[in-house]
Amino acid sequence: MFRASRWKVALVTVAALLGLLFTLPNMVPTGALPGWMPSQRLNLGLDLQGGSYLLLEVDTAALARERTTDLIEDVRRELRDARIAYTGLGQANGAVSVRIVDPAQVAAAQRVLGALSQPLPDNPAVQTLRVQTAPDQRVRLAYTPESVENDGRRAVDQSIEIIRRRIDELGTQEPSITRQGATRVVVQAPGESDPERLKNLIGQTARLTFQMVDDTVPLQEAAAGRVPPGSVLLPQEGRPDEPVLLLQRRSLVTGEMLTDAQATFDQNGAAAVSFRFNAQGARAFGRATTANVNKRFAIVLDNRVISAPNIQEPITGGNGQITGNFTVETANDLAILLRAGALPAPLTVEEQRTVGAELGQDAVDAGLLSTALGMVCVVVFMILAYGWLFGGIAIVALTINGLMLLSAMTVTQAALTLPGIAGLILTLAVAVDANVLIYERMRDEVRAGRSPLTAMDAGFNRAIITIFDANITHLGVAAIMFFLGAGPVKGFAWTLFIGVFTSVFTAVMVTQVLLGWWFRAAKPKVLPIA
Amino acid sequence: MSWWPLIKLLPQKTNLRFVSVAPILGAISALACVASLFLTLYPLTPPCGGLNCGVDFRGGTVLEFTAPQPVDLGRVRSLAGSFGLGDVSVQNYASPTDPSGLRSVSLRFQTPTDGSPAATVTRVRSTLTQALGALTFSRTDVVGPAVSSELLRNGVIALLVAIALVLGYIWFRFGFTFGVGAVTALAHDVILTFGLFAATGLEFDLNSIAAILTIIGYSINDKVVALDRVRENLRKYKKMPLGEIIDLSVNETLSRTIITGFTGILALMVLAIFGGEELFPFSVAMIFGIVVGTYSSVYVAAPLLMVLGVRRGDRDAAEPLPPSTSARVARP
Repeated sequence: MFRASRWKVALVTVAALLGLLFTLPNMVPTGALPGWMPSQRLNLGLDLQGGSYLLLEVDTAALARERTTDLIEDVRRELRDARIAYTGLGQANGAVSVRIVDPAQVAAAQRVLGALSQPLPDNPAVQTLRVQTAPDQRVRLAYTPESVENDGRRAVDQSIEIIRRRIDELGTQEPSITRQGATRVVVQAPGESDPERLKNLIGQTARLTFQMVDDTVPLQEAAAGRVPPGSVLLPQEGRPDEPVLLLQRRSLVTGEMLTDAQATFDQNGAAAVSFRFNAQGARAFGRATTANVNKRFAIVLDNRVISAPNIQEPITGGNGQITGNFTVETANDLAILLRAGALPAPLTVEEQRTVGAELGQDAVDAGLLSTALGMVCVVVFMILAYGWLFGGIAIVALTINGLMLLSAMTVTQAALTLPGIAGLILTLAVAVDANVLIYERMRDEVRAGRSPLTAMDAGFNRAIITIFDANITHLGVAAIMFFLGAGPVKGFAWTLFIGVFTSVFTAVMVTQVLLGWWFRAAKPKVLPIA
Repeated sequence: MSWWPLIKLLPQKTNLRFVSVAPILGAISALACVASLFLTLYPLTPPCGGLNCGVDFRGGTVLEFTAPQPVDLGRVRSLAGSFGLGDVSVQNYASPTDPSGLRSVSLRFQTPTDGSPAATVTRVRSTLTQALGALTFSRTDVVGPAVSSELLRNGVIALLVAIALVLGYIWFRFGFTFGVGAVTALAHDVILTFGLFAATGLEFDLNSIAAILTIIGYSINDKVVALDRVRENLRKYKKMPLGEIIDLSVNETLSRTIITGFTGILALMVLAIFGGEELFPFSVAMIFGIVVGTYSSVYVAAPLLMVLGVRRGDRDAAEPLPPSTSARVARP
C-alpha cells in the first residue's frame, strides 16, 4: 500500500540526518566542527591528492637461483669434510649434480648430502630437498616444489615487512603496503614528493657483506677468466683505477649481524656510515681481522664493492665505519637500508604511477566544478520537466541520495578517484531515472482512467519492479569492475556500487514518503503531471 | 503557463511505427558493427589492433613535466633518444598553470624490456633535470610489459563476464528469447563503442574499459525497462500481433526514455567540457553509449524478439517470475 507509514518516515529522516552528519566534515574547514561530531573526510585517491603507486615484483626466480648457488657451496663443503672425492660439481635445470669418483663412497655421499635436507617448518611431512643417485655415480639434489613455493611466500612476507620499516624511516604520510597475488607487493604512498628516492629506497636489496680480498691469483689473470673456485669477481664503485676486485665468496660477517647504522662524517669531513655489530658479528669480525692483519677486505653492498680497506690492526670493538663515494643523502639512505635489513630477494618495479599534488588539485577542482554544474543542470531540467512539486520531490530524493552516497564513501574511507567523480556524477544523473519511471507509470495509470490515489499507488508499485530489475544488473556490473578493475577503476566501481543502493533507497523510500505527505495535505483531484 | 511542466508537452500517446523501419535499421546496424570490428581489429597487430591504446595496455612510460622556461622539444627528443628507447614521442600540452603549453612537455616511450621498467625513468629524469633546469614532474606512469598484458586480459575478461552476467539475469527474469535479444543489443553497443574509439583515435585505457562497462550497465537498464513493458503488454493484449505490441511498448516508454537519456547526456556533457583532459574520452564514450544503448533497445533488442519468436498464451516463456516479486498490483 502506498502510504507514508511512520517507520518509513523515521527511516528516511534518520538516513538523511546521518548522511548530512557524515558528509558535513567535507564541507567545512578542518577543526570547525565541535569535537563530538565525526571528523573523517573523504579519502581522496592518489590521482586526486598526489602520490605514488608502485607495483613491485619479488624476483622469486633469482631467489631460487641463489639458493641453488648456495647449495653448491654446501655440497662442496660437506663432501670435503667427509673426505669424499668428487668431480663435475655444477648445476643443471635448477638442480645440483655431482659425480662421486669412488663407487664405494656413493652410499656415504648420499647419506652426507641427504643430511642437507630438512623438513619444511610448516609442513614437516615434506623435505626441502630431493636427493637421488643415478647408476653413473651421480648424485642429484633438487629443491622440492613445496620448498620453492614456501620460500617464495616467505620472501614476499619478509619483503613487505622490510619495505614497511624502510618507508617508516622516511616519515612520510602513512603508506599502504599490501600483498597482491603470489609474488607482488603494492606500495601506495600519498604525498611523497620524490618518488625516485622512494623507489631507490625500496628497490635496493641492501645485502651487506664483508669479504676478504683473494690475492692468490693476480687480478689480470682473474679478469681474463681464471677465477679460482670459491672466489668471485665483483665491480668496485668510484675507483676507475681498480674497476673490479677478486673476493672470496665466503663472507666474514653480513648485514644481519648489524645492530645499528647511522650517517656520519669521517675524519676528512666526508659523508660516511658508521655501524655497530651485535656480539656474534663483533666476535667473527674480530677473529677475522686478527688473522688477516695487513690484508685487504671488502665491504660489499648488493654485489658491488663500496670500499676495500687494508686491515691495519685487529678490529675487536664491534664498531666500524664505511667510507666511499657518499653524499649526505646517500649516506643517510644507506644507513636506513642497513637498519631496516636486507630484502630476501631482489624487487623490480613493474608499474609506477606518480601524480604531483598540483595536478591532483587541478583534477579535484575540475571534478568539483563539473559535479556542481552537472547537478544544477539536472535540477533545472527536472523542475522544467515535472514542475515544482514532482520535480522538487525528485530533487529532494536526489539530494538525500547524494548525501548518503558521500557519507558512505566517507565512512568506508574508500578512495575517491578521478573516474570515481565521473561515477558520482553519472550515478546522480541516472538516479532520477527511478523518479522518472515512477512518474511516467503514474501518468500511464491516470491515462487509463484511474483516480489520483489509485494511479499513484499502482504506478508506484509497478515501477518498483522495473527499478529493482534494472538496478540488480547495474550492481552486477559494478561488482565485476570492482573485482577485475585496477587502481582508479576500482574507485569508480565502488562509487557505482554504493550509488545503486542509495539510489534505490531514495527512489523507493524518499519519493514515497514525500508523495504520501503531499497527498494527505492537498487531497488533489488531478495529478499535476498528468 | 501552458508549456510548464514540460512533461505535458510530450504527447500523451504516440503511435510511431518503430517496427516498420526495423529491417532497414537492422541492416545498417549490422554493417556498422562489421565496420567497427574491422576498425578495432585492423591491422591485427597485438595487443591493440586499430585502437589507440595508452600505456595501460601497450606498456610504456609517460612523463609529464613543466619547466621554468619554454622547452625546446627537439632537445628533449634528442636527450631521450640518447637512451636508445626506440619510439619516443614528445608533445607540448596546456594545463591550468601553463595555458600556452609551451613550458609543459609530455614524453612517451616504450619501456625497455631488460631490467626493471621503472629504473630507466630514474635515469631519464635526472638527465632531463640536468639539461633543462628545475623541472616539476606532474605525472609519471610506467607500465611494464607483464602488467600491461595482464591489465588488458583482465579488461577483456571483465567485459565478457559482464555480458554473461546480463544474459544470465535476463534469462532468469524474462526467459531465454529476451535474454538473447538483450545480449545481442548489448554486444552491438559494445562493438560500436569500440568502433568509436578506433575511428576517432581517442585514447583507449583503463578508464575506457570502465566507460564500456558503465555503458553496459546503462544500456541493460534501458533494455530492462523496454522488455518489462513488452512482457506486460504481451500478457495484457493476448491477441495483438507481436510487432504491434513492440510498437506500443516502445511508444509507452518513450517519454521515460527521452527524459532519462537527456538527463544523463546533460550531466556527461558538463563532464566532457569541464572535467579536464583525463575524463574527456570517458565522457564522450559514455554520451555515445547512452545514444547507442537507447537506439539498440528499440531497434536491436525488440525486433530480435520478432525474429526469434515469443511463445504466447501460456505464462511460461515470457514470465517466469519468482514468487518473491509476485506481490504486484491487482488489476481490475
